[in-house]
Amino acid sequence: MTVVSVSHAAVGYDGREILHDVSFEVGAGEVVAILGANGSGKSTLIRTILGLTPLTRGEIDLFGTPRRKFKDWARIGYVPQRLGAGSGVPATVGEVVASGRLARGGIFRLPRTADKTAVRDALTAVGLLDRINDPVTTLSGGQQQRTLIARALAGKPDLLVLDEPTAGVDAASQEAFAAALGRFQSTGGSILLVAHELGPLRPLIDRAVVVHEGRIAHVGPPPEPAGHHAEPDHDHVHPHAVPQPTGICVAPTDRIAAN
Amino acid sequence: MMRALMGALIIGLAAPALGIYLVQRRLSLIGDGIGHVALTGVGVGLLLNQSPVLSAVIVAAIGAVGVELIRERGRTSGDLALALLFYGGIAGGVVLVALSDDANSNSLVQYLFGSLITTSPEDIAVIAVLGAAVLIAMVAFRPALFAVCNDEEYARVSGLPVRALNIVMAVTTAVTVTIAMRTVGLLLVSALMVIPVAAAQQVTRGFRTTMAAAMVIGLVAAGAGVVVSAEADTPPGATTVILALAVFVAITIGAAGWRIVRRRSHPPHEVEPPDVVLQKV
Repeated sequence: MTVVSVSHAAVGYDGREILHDVSFEVGAGEVVAILGANGSGKSTLIRTILGLTPLTRGEIDLFGTPRRKFKDWARIGYVPQRLGAGSGVPATVGEVVASGRLARGGIFRLPRTADKTAVRDALTAVGLLDRINDPVTTLSGGQQQRTLIARALAGKPDLLVLDEPTAGVDAASQEAFAAALGRFQSTGGSILLVAHELGPLRPLIDRAVVVHEGRIAHVGPPPEPAGHHAEPDHDHVHPHAVPQPTGICVAPTDRIAAN
Repeated sequence: MMRALMGALIIGLAAPALGIYLVQRRLSLIGDGIGHVALTGVGVGLLLNQSPVLSAVIVAAIGAVGVELIRERGRTSGDLALALLFYGGIAGGVVLVALSDDANSNSLVQYLFGSLITTSPEDIAVIAVLGAAVLIAMVAFRPALFAVCNDEEYARVSGLPVRALNIVMAVTTAVTVTIAMRTVGLLLVSALMVIPVAAAQQVTRGFRTTMAAAMVIGLVAAGAGVVVSAEADTPPGATTVILALAVFVAITIGAAGWRIVRRRSHPPHEVEPPDVVLQKV
């Protein structure tokens, strides 16, 4: 069964089209990475899949249901790029993670023991259980990112959607992150993530979709694990790669050269 | 006096319960703006010889929902649209009150700065019912409202009825502003929503504890405000706000002092050893 199916999708803001005719699928249990340079449209692509950005043309199905009719949001766990800007009102790690249970219970239900257990389990999975009562603002950037993945895991989703999960995250948190995603996948979960660089997530990826200037430039086998840096696919995604003459290179160097 | 105290205590409890969500969304001043709009409602009520509280609730609710729709559309033109709405609201209110039979400066001041002493038993009944409704809504929907205010996009992807919750918040803001106008007045109403929250968050660590502490501070400031104003013969609304500010200053200074004492008694956190060997010279 396909978990996410995007066919001939086009997306634009203010009359300017950002994604043109994009099609790809995520199968059950698959880990798919959307790769691309900054501004390639990869974040717009997942925001469109989640319904945060309207679709101009084409179709998106989630778990076999057209996105417009899709109601079972508890099956999807969204991990945004960062925690919203702090407004000064404190919130504990546990309170933020508990938000992840709302998709399951709805807004009229009182919190139950199952919710508390799920919050503790999710925090254990990302290695932050000891910080459950600390204000989120006292955590490092990487720990905040792990809090967000715990929030998504707390809802016990079937699909995780992550936007640049490892951007600006310290190495220790990246490893903890990769381990949590690995465990999620081993229980049958599917993962769709957007990344600029894969880092420790590389071994998890089944398939890579490379977005370049609003189109899919490459769908194929994932870049090989560390140690196989000579693999040709690796060059497509490495941010410091030499521009490829084929035009499917997504390295920012091609834009730097244009300046 | 008893009636005045009751009204003040209800507002003292309800206003911060709502205010915490407004502060979390960086909409601390929205209550002030809705207060301006509510004045037009008061004018409409006086002009039609109807209850000004009722017409103020209706007009303020329409204004608050309008503000919410403007906010949802995008932020660039929102700021200007809000300014137009607020000044239109206060100007409309002043003109309408002047046109009504009640036209004297007293009736305007009574709504702008509050007038607990002239509160009738019917007013108290309205304040009690609406205040209880606000309190129940804010406490019962805390997880959902927290999620929406903390990360609106995440709430949307969770399938929460984000727009409905935002409209509930907008209407609740309008209701709170209107019932508080008899206590602290339309120009100071925002203070009771925001200052207790600002004071509480100096020392709290979580959202739930901040909410509880803010409600206690609001309750104490409102109660003390009525008692002190009766003793010192000062306007109750302004007295309440000054007391709330005093609590804020006291807590802020106290918290800073406590941090200094703790830092002295506990040496600073051990720093992780560096990854490289540093040679001592």
